[in-house]
Amino acid sequence: MHLVLFLIFAGLCLAGAINLLLQSHPINSALSLVVVMISLAVLYLLLGAEFLAAAQIIVYSGAIMVLFVFVVMLLNAGREERTLGSKVAKTLGFPAVVAVMGVLATIILHLQGMGTVAINQGLIPTEELSRVLFHELLLPFEITSILILIAILGAVALARQEGSERRLTK
Amino acid sequence: MNFAQDVPLTWYLLLSAALFSLGIMGFLIKRNLITVFMSIELMLNAVNLSFVTFAHQWHMVKGQIFVFFVMMVAAAEAAVGLAIIIAVFRARATLAVDRIDLMKL
Amino acid sequence: MTLLEFALWNLLKVVVVTVILLLGVAYTVLLERKAVGRIQNRWGPSRVGPFGLLQPLVDGAKNFLKEDLIPAAVYRPIYLLAPIISLGCALVVIAVIPFGENIGPKGFDLFEVSNINIGLLVVLGLTSMGVYGIALAGWSSNNKYSLLGSLRSSAQLISYELALGLSLVGVVLRAGSFNLRTIVDQQAQHGLLSWNMFGGFQFVAFFIYLMAAYAETNRSPFDLPEAESELTGGYHTEYSSMKFAMFFMAEYANMINVGCVATLLFLGGWTSPFGHLIGPFHSAWINALLSIFWFVFKVFTFLFLYIWVRGTLPRFRYDQLMNFGWRFLMPLAILNIVGTSLWLALR
Repeated sequence: MHLVLFLIFAGLCLAGAINLLLQSHPINSALSLVVVMISLAVLYLLLGAEFLAAAQIIVYSGAIMVLFVFVVMLLNAGREERTLGSKVAKTLGFPAVVAVMGVLATIILHLQGMGTVAINQGLIPTEELSRVLFHELLLPFEITSILILIAILGAVALARQEGSERRLTK
Repeated sequence: MNFAQDVPLTWYLLLSAALFSLGIMGFLIKRNLITVFMSIELMLNAVNLSFVTFAHQWHMVKGQIFVFFVMMVAAAEAAVGLAIIIAVFRARATLAVDRIDLMKL
Repeated sequence: MTLLEFALWNLLKVVVVTVILLLGVAYTVLLERKAVGRIQNRWGPSRVGPFGLLQPLVDGAKNFLKEDLIPAAVYRPIYLLAPIISLGCALVVIAVIPFGENIGPKGFDLFEVSNINIGLLVVLGLTSMGVYGIALAGWSSNNKYSLLGSLRSSAQLISYELALGLSLVGVVLRAGSFNLRTIVDQQAQHGLLSWNMFGGFQFVAFFIYLMAAYAETNRSPFDLPEAESELTGGYHTEYSSMKFAMFFMAEYANMINVGCVATLLFLGGWTSPFGHLIGPFHSAWINALLSIFWFVFKVFTFLFLYIWVRGTLPRFRYDQLMNFGWRFLMPLAILNIVGTSLWLALR
């Protein structure tokens, strides 16, 4: 059962990722990325990380990707232009990527002592996750919240149009 | 083929490596600023998958919490990055990465 | 229970629950038309069947038989995908909602499609996925009204999702679980007095949830994405026949889902408001049926409140909507979390 689910969703993941590269319209790429993220959530569930699976759906596909789609809609981004740079990137990029993949695969296949995973095994409950998060890792958690605050301020400052204040005060 | 068998964790790691490589490829060959940014998100997701896999292997909760942190940072990154993209688009009216090669207009 | 039996039982449950949900959607539409009609001092549908009770069937047939127009300038694949996403996300939510006391054999829930630990998070996740249906519908229609409607709608949904999620934190803190069954069981002791809304002092959270839920389902007084008077129809202007009906069904299915979640989290789920005054009966079946009755009754009350508000209040302006969400509901929700956690810590 686990094998079937793994094969289905790993396949969906790879198909989505490849489709992201093949599509020339950004909205299609964004939707394929959403497919990748939802399949990843299912894989997290198979690995026993149920809270992360939900967070993956809510944060990644529900918030971050919606932002992407939103920006594509807002800027009305059309098909991408083929320029000189793309040819160079392709000729140099493909061998490099194949090399990276090869190195990673060799390392992974030489790993010793990796176990297996069965369905319903090693489920980590949310309580345990939060206990570690709020007891041992409280400081990193707080620092991340400050980071997010800074990001919000930065986004607001960047997205604000020049002279919009003047218009408002008039 | 016996469908009731367990799945080796190396398969998950291989999937993660494949997704990461596809992310790098997207980063290199895509010519649209937004799609390039999406490839970065794909790479982050690939790394998250291997974190969760190792968390399962060593029964460590901290691996999962690291993924949680990566998600938060990714959210912050997406907010700022997309704001920058909007600002760039306003200044140059294009999203092609080859046209955005000057720091100053 | 073998795998085959398990699969068949669950398939049966899924089919029955989906059919009941769709019937509920059809009759909520009728209820709304009747109730709004009476509020506006007219009859509402009354011609088809006794009291117009067959009206939903005729409406469905009409939508089904209409010509299916696809405008020439739309972006076809996404135009076709959008209503499916919308309706799909709305219908799947019901899978994690328990609607009655568990009486089946051990390890088998008769009154719930699937009992999972992260039920509440699944509901939130599916709600947030529903945004895609609306955003993509408006964008792919290639029409300025649709695009404006969907941009408004996505912004509104994203903004109010925050308040909605934060308002639920208090309840989760009290129950210590994301499992919807556990959350209900925790409110079961003293009837009305132990509901989260009253005994749990979560009435502020309930108020925030109510407001955010109206905005999330695009209902009046927050129905700006549709706003007939300025946007002709919002994101579904270019949709006709069954595709329009899918958006319509998604809206009402979302209303029912929101009502179910409110019932489970704030109104004690399927527990009786009188606690043990009307004690548990000897027959387990009567108890189970009674629990389902209470659940349906509470959801119905919630839906009626929806319709009543729609018939009464005027529409907000867009900036008022955003200000209300960000400057009032959000801080209030955060205060509620702080208050609840202080209370739980000091108790």
